[in-house]
Amino acid sequence: MTKDWGRKDLLGLETLSAAEIETILDEAASFKKAPAPRVLAGRTVAFLFSEASTRTRSSFEAAALRLGAECLSFSAAGSSLSKGESMLDTMLNLQAVGVTHFVVRHERSGVLEDLAPRVNAAVVNAGDGWHEHPTQALLDLLTLRERWGSFKGRKLVVLGDIRHSRVARSNLFALKKLGAKVVFCGPTPLVPDAFAALGATIEHDVEKALKGADAVNVLRLQLERMEQGFVPSLADYALVYQLTPARAMLMKPDALVLHPGPMNRGVEIASEVADGPRSVVLEQVSNGVFVRMAALALCDRGRARG
Amino acid sequence: MAERTLIVGGLVVDPARGVESVRDVLIVDGEIREVAAGLSKKSGLADAARVDAKGLWVIPGLVDMHVHLREPGRESDETIATGTAAAARGGVTTVLAMANTEPVTDSPSQLEFLRSKARVDAKVNVLFAGAVTVGQKGERLTEFARLRRAGAAALSDDGRPVMNAGLFRRALEYADDLGLLVIDHCEDLTLSGGACAHEGPQALRKGLKGAPWAAETVQVMRDIALSELTGARVHLAHLSAVSSIEAVRAAKKRGVRVTAEAAPHHFALSDDMIPGYDADWKMNPPLRPAEDRAALVAALADGTIDAVATDHAPHGCAAKSLGFDTAPFGVIGLETSLAASLTALYHTKALTKRELVRRMSTTPAALLGLKSKGTLAPGADADLAIVDPDAPWTPEAPFASKSRNSPFAGRRLKGRVLHTFVAGRAVVHAV
Repeated sequence: MTKDWGRKDLLGLETLSAAEIETILDEAASFKKAPAPRVLAGRTVAFLFSEASTRTRSSFEAAALRLGAECLSFSAAGSSLSKGESMLDTMLNLQAVGVTHFVVRHERSGVLEDLAPRVNAAVVNAGDGWHEHPTQALLDLLTLRERWGSFKGRKLVVLGDIRHSRVARSNLFALKKLGAKVVFCGPTPLVPDAFAALGATIEHDVEKALKGADAVNVLRLQLERMEQGFVPSLADYALVYQLTPARAMLMKPDALVLHPGPMNRGVEIASEVADGPRSVVLEQVSNGVFVRMAALALCDRGRARG
Repeated sequence: MAERTLIVGGLVVDPARGVESVRDVLIVDGEIREVAAGLSKKSGLADAARVDAKGLWVIPGLVDMHVHLREPGRESDETIATGTAAAARGGVTTVLAMANTEPVTDSPSQLEFLRSKARVDAKVNVLFAGAVTVGQKGERLTEFARLRRAGAAALSDDGRPVMNAGLFRRALEYADDLGLLVIDHCEDLTLSGGACAHEGPQALRKGLKGAPWAAETVQVMRDIALSELTGARVHLAHLSAVSSIEAVRAAKKRGVRVTAEAAPHHFALSDDMIPGYDADWKMNPPLRPAEDRAALVAALADGTIDAVATDHAPHGCAAKSLGFDTAPFGVIGLETSLAASLTALYHTKALTKRELVRRMSTTPAALLGLKSKGTLAPGADADLAIVDPDAPWTPEAPFASKSRNSPFAGRRLKGRVLHTFVAGRAVVHAV
């Protein structure tokens, strides 16, 4: 029996202890070492995605299949899932059909906090609004831990549109607990100083931020931020904040470059860096399957116990 | 035969006359006849109905100058009947109903309809605000003089700001000539648009879109400038931010004719207390940090904020369960107004009894020009509340209101209304 895990849901990293986070990473590492056991044989995983996703969804599907679960592809139009109450009805109905796990992506922050306690099935958050994307941060952590061993004293820069990023929040919540320093960097409209109250270090000067860093997690800058007036243009943003080879050189020699994808090459990151020796982007993707296997398996145990 | 009621032995708190002592109160035919010690022993009053108020406060009924009764258009959330029943439960004897009904209360015929409806359905006095602009669209002024003749007690586009400064200037000037108070909902929509919470660490942590305090203050400062320019009165609804309070305090010092109100949820609660994504804690302006809350309490104590008003805003459970970002703004407040204010203002020793009653009854009555309300002077309307200021009380649904969207539900408060009288008739007797 795994220590430090009694939950049926993985909704975010803010509410987890350091020990619980390490438990998921350990579980993921053990799945990576040995051929996957069919611990989810007889289970059914349903995907409720009200936002488009190919990467996260296929990663979760691969994780479920490797553990022997069946996947119920539930293709919901955004509109039918956009109302809280009908979402609960949907989940209760699917649960009655035999679903044991829900993997949910939703554009509304916090949507699962009310819903998860009202179903018996395990609920894994695959991204809720700007709030949290726990498995994405966990795959970042697994990738970093494989290189670093420990997080203590390490400095990670998250560069880009922090305000609208659930990845940045999950990174912050988890890395702070594990003893790392998290620097948020980007223009003030996208990186409000109030993030300091949550434990992040705020630095709007990208050169200063990157100096001496152990890793940088570069976030995608969406075109709509320009339309909404957060930045004048993508080119203007890139001029100051793009991770260029010269800027990447400011970090420690063995520093890592992460990106949750999909990349806008030439906007937030230069192709030379994205494809360069420091980049661990594809390791992130393969580790994603293992942390999702861990999340599904651990929550299954929590569910059975509950 | 005259209808007589004698309220015996209560502590009468009437700031308008500087009274704060144990007196008996004699009500005859809906009016206060006499307030004096020892009336209960007087001969000739043996046939009067008696209410024992020993150990309790007897105060002029509260005047809440900011409520939404949802009629017409949203009767599933509240009606004049249920909203005024809620008021009665809270010791509120006069309410000003805002004009953001469906359709908007922007014409004399609308007002006449509402007033005739209220004559039949209302359990307390209901005054109605007319809209400042047609359809609350912010484009064209309503007919202020005709609205006044039809009974409008004030003018407000509440729910929406009047964003056009030039139009609002003319509204202030024209309304002041007519003696009508203009109440503005201060919010610069270009700063707040789409937000559901206060912009700060709490909203960032939860991944919610925040409105900055400046969205309120920018328009507060504009309104002060327009009042100063025109010399006309302006009243600012539901202030919530330190910087807005400071602007009003400085303006009052210069003699600007600006007044302001604050809502119990804003001075009793702060954004760090919001449980998760519970939309019963969502309103506009949003709950702000503890420093803003403390500044509101101080401003109520020093008179920078003139009145307590609830912004009672009922919404059904279905709408409120849509999630924090999409659920509608607003919380109910009429039933908990006095208890929350006693808890946050009086029991903390921030305000005295008299100051509390002044903010909740005397001053709002004066702002609305209600000469026979907000006091227990002989000849005044016998609108009053009998209150146990120390009774512990945890509000819970069901409420008298049709809705239950209250952030005070399940919270321990101190103070409770036991009896409410409107025009000398008991509309609430607590069991």
